[in-house]
Amino acid sequence: MTDTTEAGPTGRSAARRKEPPPAPATGTPGPPPAPRGTRLWRGVTPWLFLIAPLALLLTFTYAPIANMVAYSFTDWDGVSPELHYTGAGNYTELLTRPELFEVFFVSGYYLAASALQIVAALYFATILSFNVRFRNFFKGVLFFPYLINGVAIGFVFLYFFQDGGTLDSVLSLFGVHTDHAWLGTPTSANISLAGVSVWRYMGLNFVLFLGAIQSVPGELYEAAELDGANRWHQFRYIIAPGIKPVLSLSVILSISGSLSVFEIPYIMTGGATGTETFVIQTVKLAFQFNKTGLASAAAVVLLLIVLAATWVQRRLVPDDRVDLV
Amino acid sequence: MNRRTIPALLTAGLLLSACTGTAGTSKGADAKAVDDPSKVSGTIKVLTQRTDLVQDGTMKKYADDFRKTYPKVKVEFEGLTNYEADVKIRMNTENYGDVLLIPGVIKKSDYPKFFASLGTQAERAKKYRFTGFTMVGGKVYGQSPIGVTPGFVYNKRVWREAGITDWPTTPAEFITALKAIKAKTDADPYYTNFAAQWPLTSWTYVNGSVGCDTGATTKLVEGDPWAKGADLRVGDTLLYDIVHEGLAEKDPTTTNWEASKPRLAKGQIATQWLGTWAVIQFRDAAKKAGVDPADIGFMPFPAQVGGKFCAVVGPDYNQAVNVHSEHKAAARAWIDWFTDKSGYGEDNLAISPLKDAPLPAVLQPYTDAGVKFIEVDDTAGAQLKLIDSESEVGLYGPDYRQDLVDLARGARKGSLDGFLGDLGKRWTDAQRSVGTR
Repeated sequence: MTDTTEAGPTGRSAARRKEPPPAPATGTPGPPPAPRGTRLWRGVTPWLFLIAPLALLLTFTYAPIANMVAYSFTDWDGVSPELHYTGAGNYTELLTRPELFEVFFVSGYYLAASALQIVAALYFATILSFNVRFRNFFKGVLFFPYLINGVAIGFVFLYFFQDGGTLDSVLSLFGVHTDHAWLGTPTSANISLAGVSVWRYMGLNFVLFLGAIQSVPGELYEAAELDGANRWHQFRYIIAPGIKPVLSLSVILSISGSLSVFEIPYIMTGGATGTETFVIQTVKLAFQFNKTGLASAAAVVLLLIVLAATWVQRRLVPDDRVDLV
Repeated sequence: MNRRTIPALLTAGLLLSACTGTAGTSKGADAKAVDDPSKVSGTIKVLTQRTDLVQDGTMKKYADDFRKTYPKVKVEFEGLTNYEADVKIRMNTENYGDVLLIPGVIKKSDYPKFFASLGTQAERAKKYRFTGFTMVGGKVYGQSPIGVTPGFVYNKRVWREAGITDWPTTPAEFITALKAIKAKTDADPYYTNFAAQWPLTSWTYVNGSVGCDTGATTKLVEGDPWAKGADLRVGDTLLYDIVHEGLAEKDPTTTNWEASKPRLAKGQIATQWLGTWAVIQFRDAAKKAGVDPADIGFMPFPAQVGGKFCAVVGPDYNQAVNVHSEHKAAARAWIDWFTDKSGYGEDNLAISPLKDAPLPAVLQPYTDAGVKFIEVDDTAGAQLKLIDSESEVGLYGPDYRQDLVDLARGARKGSLDGFLGDLGKRWTDAQRSVGTR
């Protein structure tokens, strides 16, 4: 949010007092001043439109978060009518128990997988943005997994990885008989689960990239082709810079996604065999050990970590405007 | 006004309002027993975890029977698949049915805030079992309609084919028996049901059977559950040995509970540690698979005290009356009727909660073998839960046993002694911090 017309509250109001603004800060063109009632009405209108979404946003997003932050300073067990204020006790406990943060190593698998996922999505989006036969069919195929419910995916892949399940049968068609327990060891299990995650979320990245690529004006390609650029050149000098904002958004989403993986490992392994993630651990603290206060604090810490990661990333790769034309 | 101050103000307001999230406290109500059935009226809602019985109409049949005695009471059921988690959240409101099963998460000392009392223990204990499990300050707050005892569900035919006709009497004999099954039959000698999680949790219920001690729960609270010779250590060591010796299924991480029932019935799996409640499900699975339901057997934990096996009889979920219910009399009538007269216990081959009732036929072999039945004293139950949560060991969760199975099959580094020693240390540390609080 960088609003360049806004010079800070004092400067702006000072400017307003001196003379009727030639172009007010809100950006509306300045016709002769309307009667008072109309002006008021105009000021209220956008808020009226916003009432419904704001009410929903406040009720279902900010109120629960505020609640959670409040709980994180108590010893609430999740059901008892009584709760006591414990100050920063939960946060102290969290930070003095390093084993609670060891689970972030698991996020490494998902982070590596999401790098792979972005590359693959970019590859498919580029290919399918050119004129390829059956391209709409392939678009559908690639996006389809994202539409399936995460719980269903968990169950489907449980069968997939079973001893003698789909994966083993497919491999044996090619003459490979592995006899490998896919979810059997921590490394293998985490790689398998991260693979499922790639399968599920690649469609989303793909669609984002495809949309961005298609918003690049077509005449640029024509011009490039006339200049003798091949497909790689087109990608390197037109597509890549053109989709940079979307690319950096995808990176942010995958980092925060990798730090807070939940659905797939929770349903498939329940966090067993070294697949426990920070969110699974938090859920267990809250619902198995009834430490709702501590779990709320853990959730707040996770939120801060994600925010920090995003901030660092934005500092490293600033989101400057791209101008292709 | 600066545009940025608006969200800040809103957030502050929300923070203030957030602190008033929990419902008010109401304390102490009685749901008195009913003398005249024709005077009770109202519509009551009964929460249950048996979604299968709600769906196939069995619960409705019970409700119809109930109405023959109590014509003015209408009973509605609400089946919850994920009972514990769903009800836990609803306990923050006043709207959690008229009759419900007491969730494990509620602290015993909080029972009077959530449930109406069913009477004093002195009076109820004359007729019913398990009164101690829901007693607070001399009053009883819940009643389980069935009693269960943990044990191994096994396929008699497979065990016979392996040449074993007598129940093993020590864990070592049990391992030898499973080895014989592995050598002589095609069956998986044991099935952990690792992925379903709760079947591993049920190993906690070996507590009491090993030492045949009614004070087993108190021992957990006062001592180290994984000390040499302690019940849980014996049980967990047996589980470890089963997996470590390769006597369990090949890939535990992708097990399937529903599929394990017909497989055991057909003799592809020989044994599972569950409870009496499971026998009926396996017999049904046998009928569906077209094999003989009589092959499904049930045996106690392989440990004897004074030459006798020991079986711990415990309650299932306890039914209770919501303290906020407007039809407490009707709710109480339902609990009494469901416990005494519904036939729910017989239908499930369960042990009756009535003291004078005979044992179910499925436990006839127990009577023949002279198995001693005990009820563990639950006075220290509340303290046990407190230590369990504080230590994050999770006796009633799957985690540490999943780790144990991983350890046994080599997917996790460490030794059994180190693993159990660490659990013991966490447990005793928590005992200290809970005790000094």
